[in-house]
Amino acid sequence: MRSCDVLVIGGGPGGLAAACSAKKAGASSVIVLERDNRAGGILNQCIHDGFGLIRYNCELTGPEYAARAIREATDAGAEILLSRHVSEISKTDSGYCVSVYTKDGIEEYRTRTIVLATGCRERTRGNISIPGSRPAGVFTAGVAQNLVNVRNVMIGKRVVILGSGDIGLIMARRLTLEGAKVLAIAEIMSAPTGLARNVSQCVQEFGIPLYVKTTVSKIIGKRKLEAVELSDLDQNGKVIPGTARRIDCDALVLSVGLIPENEVAQTAGVKLFANNAVDTDRYLQTSVPGVFSCGNSRHVMDLADYVSEQGEMAGRNAVHLIRGEEMETWDEEKSNCMKKGFPEEGTVTCTVCPNGCQVKWDEKTGTFSGNRCKRGARFAEQEHNSPTRSVTTTVKTASGSLIPVRTAGRISKAHVFDVVEQLRKTKLDSGVIIGDEVLRTEIDGEDIRVVATQTSL
Amino acid sequence: MGKVYDVIIIGAGAVGCAIARELSRYNISTLVLEKECDVAYGTSGRMSGVVHAGFNNKTGSLMAKLCVEGNRLFEGVCSELGIPYKKTGKVLVAFDEADMKVLEGIIERGKANGCEGLRLIGQDEIRAIAPGICGIGGMLSPNTAIFDPFEFCIAHAENAMDNGVDFSLESEVTAISRRNDTFYVTTPKGVFSSRFIVNSAGLYCDRISAMLGVDNYRIYPCRGQYYILDKVASDLLDIPAYPVPRPGIGGLGIHLTPTVDGNIIIGPSAEYLEDPDDYSTTPDVMDKLFSEAKALLPAIERKHIIGNYCGIRPKQAPPGEGGFRDFVIKEEEACPGLINLIGIESPGFTAAVPISFMVSDMLRKHIDLSPKTDFKAERKAPVRFRELSREEQEKLIKTDPEYGEIICRCQNVTRREIRDAIENRFGARSISAIKYRAWATTGRCNGGYCLAKIVDMLIHDYHMKPEEITYRGKGSELFSGEVK
Repeated sequence: MRSCDVLVIGGGPGGLAAACSAKKAGASSVIVLERDNRAGGILNQCIHDGFGLIRYNCELTGPEYAARAIREATDAGAEILLSRHVSEISKTDSGYCVSVYTKDGIEEYRTRTIVLATGCRERTRGNISIPGSRPAGVFTAGVAQNLVNVRNVMIGKRVVILGSGDIGLIMARRLTLEGAKVLAIAEIMSAPTGLARNVSQCVQEFGIPLYVKTTVSKIIGKRKLEAVELSDLDQNGKVIPGTARRIDCDALVLSVGLIPENEVAQTAGVKLFANNAVDTDRYLQTSVPGVFSCGNSRHVMDLADYVSEQGEMAGRNAVHLIRGEEMETWDEEKSNCMKKGFPEEGTVTCTVCPNGCQVKWDEKTGTFSGNRCKRGARFAEQEHNSPTRSVTTTVKTASGSLIPVRTAGRISKAHVFDVVEQLRKTKLDSGVIIGDEVLRTEIDGEDIRVVATQTSL
Repeated sequence: MGKVYDVIIIGAGAVGCAIARELSRYNISTLVLEKECDVAYGTSGRMSGVVHAGFNNKTGSLMAKLCVEGNRLFEGVCSELGIPYKKTGKVLVAFDEADMKVLEGIIERGKANGCEGLRLIGQDEIRAIAPGICGIGGMLSPNTAIFDPFEFCIAHAENAMDNGVDFSLESEVTAISRRNDTFYVTTPKGVFSSRFIVNSAGLYCDRISAMLGVDNYRIYPCRGQYYILDKVASDLLDIPAYPVPRPGIGGLGIHLTPTVDGNIIIGPSAEYLEDPDDYSTTPDVMDKLFSEAKALLPAIERKHIIGNYCGIRPKQAPPGEGGFRDFVIKEEEACPGLINLIGIESPGFTAAVPISFMVSDMLRKHIDLSPKTDFKAERKAPVRFRELSREEQEKLIKTDPEYGEIICRCQNVTRREIRDAIENRFGARSISAIKYRAWATTGRCNGGYCLAKIVDMLIHDYHMKPEEITYRGKGSELFSGEVK
């Protein structure tokens, strides 16, 4: 049996930040328990960029952001233990005992405080009761993302997406880059629920139709998905009869919301809200003293950067509590200021930071409006003159697994599909380290470098 | 032409599997043909999981007789074959005095059928037995039970296989002929021959019978839709709760049933269909299910719903008539050697074992059914890690580290259990074959966590290509191939 001051459950962005900050705040021993065989949590399948804009002031992919968070936690002296599946938290005289399944048996950890950073799960077809049959070919967006980006399994060639949350939008682009045709995105609300930057760069840029006030009213196909029926919704969210149209497809991707994952928390008796989120005080402490919660298991957030920030505070507060010091308070307002929904017409959605400023350029006067900082004007100008993009995709290794990669810097937008095609043919002979060059090529005179964004296992 | 079997059983549902096991006791050769890639794929895998007591059926009917007998035998069979079973009892809930009157009649009929222990209960007792349930009173049936329908079929089939019965899956019968007292059964896997045919084809029993010229039966498919609730709601109910049955609906009314694994299921509706294969759910019926269930158990909420599914009853009673027509279990005079099982709807699962005895009695008149001396009556249940004590779990992990790796987080299913399910006796490699055996993907996240891990095992450990992985057998391919 091992003992520690702060035990962190979950090795995603929240948990890693909590462990790092708890150690830096002076905890004598901090342990992170991660159920997967790699730390980083869901970041590892989020191979696209857009992470770290706030925290690191640069644009990282999910695996790169995870690698930084892991290094920071390890450098601070936190111990990250992998392949550990927490089954139960029980109270002891001096704190808590946490039971863990491992390949070597059932382990127990004694700890004075706990930070829960267990993330969230996706709402499923079963949760929202879509009518129709139950054929093969219906996936949640996160499962589709894992299959396509990590397992090298393609979910289909003609895809319909229900829901316009960020994962759905990101998957629309991802599937398009991998050769699938995304036929439609249906959103029940009157505007997309994802960030404007994702609507702009993942959907509109590829000409993917996005229908609002629309739902999948029926799933068709006995064994394999053959089609879905899309219907318009009235202002009460009810299907308007007679508006159904059939779209033939072989995959339906659901991006219909996230539910905080708190089954482990419940074993400790932590109080939850009706939506399964943890009810904490403003110090991020749950109804059970000494047990803190952060990130998506506490409340689903838009950006990993905010999850990390909250994790840091939870970790520090765990140490403050042990020492009897005053704890820091979390400001609920700060994490939700980004522009969501459709970009405004006639504007450019700035993607330099998550704010998603809607920048308007007056061609006559050469002036910009709508941008909150100078970077917005520069972005809009560049977008007008010679638009550029970062490209993120995967490369196959000799062992058949996939390594996530990105272009080193932005390349001309016109060359995106060319690079993706070249990378499809690229095969790596051996393992790689994050940052290794996996391809160098020239397209129409542009020198393009592509680097690995993850170290192979 | 190869071997001539003594008996070919068509259909590997509950009844077909029970008959296969019964016949495996004797020195005869038996083959089971199943059109799907696994057992329990039709009506048997899509029902409430209740062992009925026998008070619902007309006195003197085969349904009543076999149900009461089956109820008595069920627990013993489950313990012999390692099938999860729990004698919960059942309440019929009355909402007014008229319902109470109906219940008095049901008790009388139950007594006449041979059901024991039926009695009226008042509101206080209902509250004590099923605290969340509404109603002014009701009836308690102490001998009603719940069980795992998939495991029932799998266990019977495995035990039959252990005792020498052959199974041929993905073998849809497309034609049958009869020459010189021998049947020739055509399937995509070849032509099989036998001296006797047992038609336990469920929804397709009329079509199979008609292939042999016995075309006086007609099955009317009648769909029942179900909701399944998250285990977080399991504390709300631990005994099946039914409304007092109303005449003519063709089912038992929308009820709430706990499963042996701790989920509550709501259903089923009753809707006649043209297509015996239309397992679609419909929005109006789903709304009705939920509101009727909430009238019985107000504490349930929409957020508890984690899935829905459908079953289809093979009814002989046409739409206008409704209600139940009795089972037909007989050797057809017009086609000697053909034993027809027609209209085996509820309580067919409860009656499956007694039906198997009826079939062996019919065969006994024609062939020598000498018992095997080496018949193995018992079948070892698969490991259910989540149900074991901590010490037992610890011991298992020492024998195989794969027991220490949780793959399905909702149901706590380990990598080793998934491996055992993949390596099942029938060679069924579909996701649903794994689901029905190991119970992975059945929880609140619907496979959000474990599906990709299971797919990874199938690809790397079992060398399947992504495009070969199916949800429920051929035609239900999950993926289009590799990404690159």
